[in-house]
Amino acid sequence: MRQRADVRQYWRANVRLIATLLAVWFIVAYGLSILLAPQLNQFRLGSVPLGFWFAQQGSIYVFIILIWVYARRMDALDRQYDVHE
Amino acid sequence: MSVEAWTYLVVGLSFALYIYIGYASRVRDTKGFYVAGRGVPPVANGAATAADWMSAASFISMAGMISALGYDGAIYLMGWTGGYVLLALLLAPYLRKYRKFTVPDFVGDRYASTTARTLAALATIFISLVYVAGQMRGVGIVFSRYLGIDIAQGVLLGVAVVAFFAILGGMKGVTWTQAAQYAVLIIAYLIPGFALAYLITGNPIPQLAFALSDISERINQIQVELGFGEYTAPFRDKQMIDVLAITGALMVGTAGLPHVIIRFYTTPDVRSARYSAFWALLFIGLLYTTAPALAMFARYNLISTLNGKPIEQVRQIEWVAKWEQTGLLKIVDKNGDGVVQFAKGKAFKEKGGKPDFGTPDMSNANEVHLDNDIIVLSTPEVARLAPFVIALLAAGGLAAALSTASGLLIAMSSAVAHDLYYRVFNPRAPERLRLLVGRLAMVPALFAAAYLGINPPGFVAQVVAFAFGLAASGLFPAILLGIFDRRMNAQGAIAGMIVGLGFTTTMIALMRAPQLFGVPEPYLKDFFGISAEGIGIVGMFLNLITALIVSRLTPPPPAHIQEIVDSIRVPRGAGEALDE
Repeated sequence: MRQRADVRQYWRANVRLIATLLAVWFIVAYGLSILLAPQLNQFRLGSVPLGFWFAQQGSIYVFIILIWVYARRMDALDRQYDVHE
Repeated sequence: MSVEAWTYLVVGLSFALYIYIGYASRVRDTKGFYVAGRGVPPVANGAATAADWMSAASFISMAGMISALGYDGAIYLMGWTGGYVLLALLLAPYLRKYRKFTVPDFVGDRYASTTARTLAALATIFISLVYVAGQMRGVGIVFSRYLGIDIAQGVLLGVAVVAFFAILGGMKGVTWTQAAQYAVLIIAYLIPGFALAYLITGNPIPQLAFALSDISERINQIQVELGFGEYTAPFRDKQMIDVLAITGALMVGTAGLPHVIIRFYTTPDVRSARYSAFWALLFIGLLYTTAPALAMFARYNLISTLNGKPIEQVRQIEWVAKWEQTGLLKIVDKNGDGVVQFAKGKAFKEKGGKPDFGTPDMSNANEVHLDNDIIVLSTPEVARLAPFVIALLAAGGLAAALSTASGLLIAMSSAVAHDLYYRVFNPRAPERLRLLVGRLAMVPALFAAAYLGINPPGFVAQVVAFAFGLAASGLFPAILLGIFDRRMNAQGAIAGMIVGLGFTTTMIALMRAPQLFGVPEPYLKDFFGISAEGIGIVGMFLNLITALIVSRLTPPPPAHIQEIVDSIRVPRGAGEALDE
């Protein structure tokens, strides 16, 4: 039988993970791709300006990876707190 | 074989496939009808979600919109993908755990309020209706462009196909046809994408060619010479604050769109809902990372092929002649020098939101009108691909439109039949009657879709801003707080929704007054630099703040509601037979 305290800990760990991943999401989407795009455009990835690349390619790759990382980490967390199916 | 014969063949085969899948997955109960029996594996649900999400506009118009905007086109690329991170981390797993059929189901139960349920159901119906009009129009346009069929007949044919598998198979039929439609649309998009990348850069992978080839440098140079400004330079046409707001509003709006959310109700458990979101974004990302490459290559190719060349000479090129006939491309010799000249500004004056090819706009030197759709549609011919590929592109456009339309129909009919009829008006309706009402509710939705597709109100494109605005400012915060804030109560959620929806609707109406009410000037140009497309993000924050304040000034929700919140936070038990 699961304990209330355990479930509360599980939830706290989940919220911490979400906060970390959303911080990355925010920094990539709004920071690197928009706010800092003019500065990053001074650098190049291959031959394309870096800020532009983040805005039209890199950000999407990061979004995909973030969801995968979340799903994987939650698998482990679900098992650790014995709330998996 | 001619292009037309190929098109009949490929489109005919794809339709036969959808109808067969629809028939094979017909359903007999409401669980099958609304949530596909909750038996859809993550990869299949990912493909279905990708097709559900990518509309006629994503497939046909988005690359063109980006090529016109340059860097600023990132608002669509990030806005329409970044929302899936929010969906996967903040909403989908918990809504799946709740084991209900619709979005208004959760909102209504969590706040134990018929008002909240009705408000959410009406928002769902309105958002889906706005959206479906554009899809049906897309079906009609593809039919008329490729097969010379009258737009109205094309729309009716599309409605008939969707009606067949949606009424018979409900969510189950829709899911499996969507998965097949994803396969059709992504193949149709990638083949010309690879070919064009190879033709222009010598590298066949668009994503690699985008970064590694020197096209970005060359297009920047040409654009500067012609006075457009660098293609890769941020904030050319939009202010930074507006780019931030639009990206945010589209992300949050995407996460709050009911027809996308309900796709995650169809998985067997919470874990599959999380992985579904991953597969969905991976499948969407394939098209969304190809589109900006296509946009840049096609724009470079169009400008370098046409600019500074004698008009008579470029009209000898086969695809130029063909697309000039359709009006997607139009050259006008304003200064009479016989040479094509690209410049900033519109080539023709506009009438009723469309270019009027009779009256060139003499206030600028631009002599070329480029419709957004030409970037994708002309690619097979520009890259000299076989007629088969052109036919495939037509089938892909239809797949994108039909898959989105069918997802919207399910969202609409479930809001009417399940939320309004069963949960609000007749809670004692037996299962058989509920299934019948679910099927019947499709009929008016189909008629509405057909009518709006044949007679599109002039402001369709303008009201799409409403769809995202309302999803962002109304539905998203209500669901989010329902999961993450145990203390949130009905008073807070309803006050938040009213403030968020009220503010957003008012602002869009003021800023889009010319399109909506036919007045000459908008009543409000922007809101501190934020345009109608981005205003939903402000509405969302107002909703959150209002809800948090009001809920803390009113009593906490009853114990059994707090237990609902506790239970949706834990994955175990999502597969249990508690469905209703």
